[in-house]
Amino acid sequence: MRAIGAIIAALLLTIAQAGEIAHDQRRSGYSFMAPDTKAMQDDDTSNPGMLWVLDGEALWTKRIGAADKACADCHGDAAASMKGVAARYPAFDKALGRPVDLEQRINLCRTEHQQAPPLDYEGHDLLALTALIAHQSRGMPIAPADDPQLEPFLAEGRALFMQRQGQLNLACTNCHDDNWDKHLAGSAITQGQPTGYPMYRLEWQTLGSLQRRLRGCMTGIRAQAFSYGAPELVELELYLRSRAAGMPVETPAVRP
Amino acid sequence: MASALINVPRRAKRGDIVELRALTSHIMETGYRRTAAGEVIPRDIITSFTCRYNGREIFRADLFPAISANPYLSFFTTATESGTFAFEWIGDNGFSQTASAAITVE
Repeated sequence: MRAIGAIIAALLLTIAQAGEIAHDQRRSGYSFMAPDTKAMQDDDTSNPGMLWVLDGEALWTKRIGAADKACADCHGDAAASMKGVAARYPAFDKALGRPVDLEQRINLCRTEHQQAPPLDYEGHDLLALTALIAHQSRGMPIAPADDPQLEPFLAEGRALFMQRQGQLNLACTNCHDDNWDKHLAGSAITQGQPTGYPMYRLEWQTLGSLQRRLRGCMTGIRAQAFSYGAPELVELELYLRSRAAGMPVETPAVRP
Repeated sequence: MASALINVPRRAKRGDIVELRALTSHIMETGYRRTAAGEVIPRDIITSFTCRYNGREIFRADLFPAISANPYLSFFTTATESGTFAFEWIGDNGFSQTASAAITVE
């Protein structure tokens, strides 16, 4: 009986490992889209995500908080100082002792240096600033920080990705590793590569973060979604970014 | 906060047909949705868009609740003279947004 159990466990392990996508088979969500939607993303005057980038530029130079400082007062021109920054996030924060994503870094900067209240997740201003910063890395390869302190969190994120959950009892891997070349109803399943966040989703009719996308997927499999800013979501982001290492940043992407 | 993105060719030959594209940020709340508590979310949409070419109106559109957020409009005109295209969006709750772009006609 124990032997059979061991064989089943071994089989399950091979199945789980076989699921991961080979390096040369990775595809951005962009490549699954119709030509019309691709054209919308490619032209900066038709890409609605650029509206948030523009608003982000205005916010970048606006003085706020008790310190009466703007982002630009410390960081200067975003086009120079923020180039490549988004490509290596989430990054380890020494003070917190855990990884933070780009949205959390912006809010840490606000509370610590600008002495201003943190911005709401999915609020216009946080999305605009995140879009502005991530846009500066467009075309650059995703380059997760090679930081040994991140490893336990990365392992947690990977475990979450492989963990079946919700009433439908599905793990991320069941769709996005094993069935990315198929369709769910009329929609392509895709590999879940986080190349273009924050991105403009036509279904949302607005810009949205990777955390919103992850929460949407969790609701879809009828699981209880983690709250915005939850450590589990950041760990998942960390794993997804390592999975997409080397793929070019597309922010702001457009998706159906 | 509102902003607009417009795409107008910088140069054109006299008589050329040019494409003008205008995208603006707006939530386009239909007025038909309700909150979790059952209250109607009031309508907040852009109701009208106009484009003027050196002061002369060349394109006008009425917008309705079925139009998506951040509406994108594309239309054509004949380049007749150098000058400015002035775009104007007007909507509920006193919404007003303008943008302009210059064209050189040779």
